[in-house]
Amino acid sequence: MGRLDRVQIDKVAKRYGTERALAGVSLELHGGTMCALLGHNGAGKTTLLGVVSTLVRPNSGTITYHSAGADLRDEAVRREIGLLAHASLCYAELTAIENLEFVAALYGVAADVTKVLDQVGLEPRARDRAARTYSRGMLQRLALARALLTRPSLLLLDEPFTGLDRGGALALGEHLGAIKTDGTIVVVVTHDLEAIAGRTDHVAILRRGKLVCEERSDSSYTYDQLKDLYHRNAS
Amino acid sequence: MLRHAFRIAWKDLRIEVRSKEIFMTMAFFGALLVVIYSFAFPNDQTAIRGSVPGMLWVSIAFTGTIALGRAFDRERENDTMRALLLAPVPRLSVFLGKAIAMAVLILGVAVVVVPLLALWLNAPLFAYPLELAVSVGLGALGMAVIGSVFAATLLKARSRDVLLPVVLYPILLPLFVAGTKCTAGLVAEHPNLEAAHYWISFLGIYDAAFLVLSLWVFESLVIE
Repeated sequence: MGRLDRVQIDKVAKRYGTERALAGVSLELHGGTMCALLGHNGAGKTTLLGVVSTLVRPNSGTITYHSAGADLRDEAVRREIGLLAHASLCYAELTAIENLEFVAALYGVAADVTKVLDQVGLEPRARDRAARTYSRGMLQRLALARALLTRPSLLLLDEPFTGLDRGGALALGEHLGAIKTDGTIVVVVTHDLEAIAGRTDHVAILRRGKLVCEERSDSSYTYDQLKDLYHRNAS
Repeated sequence: MLRHAFRIAWKDLRIEVRSKEIFMTMAFFGALLVVIYSFAFPNDQTAIRGSVPGMLWVSIAFTGTIALGRAFDRERENDTMRALLLAPVPRLSVFLGKAIAMAVLILGVAVVVVPLLALWLNAPLFAYPLELAVSVGLGALGMAVIGSVFAATLLKARSRDVLLPVVLYPILLPLFVAGTKCTAGLVAEHPNLEAAHYWISFLGIYDAAFLVLSLWVFESLVIE
């Protein structure tokens, strides 16, 4: 099945009861780019990630997943998505290796579990321990390994730097930059602008469910540029 | 689809074998119920024959509800239900996998409770073991199927522990009635196998109908 090269979000709206989470958001995501999805708490970033990941059904609007000219649907789309959410999406009673082996089996891929765990920096002696014994940072690394394991072409990351120390956050930012150059669509929801500075080339800012700013650049945004864009548009 | 369902069920059972949390709680509670019955009901054979079908199916209902609530709580703890729904497998296999694991747990407890009832109350539950096994098996399957749909739907509800039995039992009522009637036919002084077979057929049809309905509605109920 083909890798995604473009995702088109068209006038997507989502309400939870009377609460408006997204109000007609349109956005286009391209392969080989990293989109920083910014905004204050409650702006609709996580809901938008949920909609793009197919886990939240919008009230109106459409999302089209393009792959080499063809549109992918359902399981073919989900196969291409890697998600790092607020929660780890991992089973507390299973070890890191068992968690990843289960994911690999469900996705039908023969992934090198050890290599992915090396990439995210989860120390070898922790890998055979139940995930419930992990610290917040270790759990975040496992969650990241889970998201990267299947080599997704659409990587959705919700606050990926949470729980990581500064060195870990910067190393992850660097790793995401490398993934982007493979043609992967990377979408990062974060408040840690320093970690994504120099790597993100697409910025989308949400405010109360509306897209209030969208900018692209041929080169990556610096920390100051990101900070300036955020402060001008987020509030 | 079935391959993925069995993979998910195996994962659930593997976690359970490791933690033993749900099964031990269910088995302990089931045994406790048998002890309470032994004190609460008259200990003569006529009364036992009349009340043991109800004891058995009430035990299955109560212990099954514990299993349903806790098994789906596990999927809520680290939001792993979302991970399952995101996997490139038919979402129905997620439902089937959870239901299979649940049915195994309920059957496991029945394996504990039935001999305890038979031994402690001297109930003639093993007079027709095949019929009893089929009826309990179908009952466990039906409860697992319907219960999995409701437990998954209530996953994000704040008072799900209270809501689950409230919404589940009215729908499971025909299943418990059929199970009780079937068991009553098997343990009666003059066993009524014809009635038992009728209620077994009823359980089979009930399970099949709700399996189809559950497969139909599951995805729309669990996606936000």
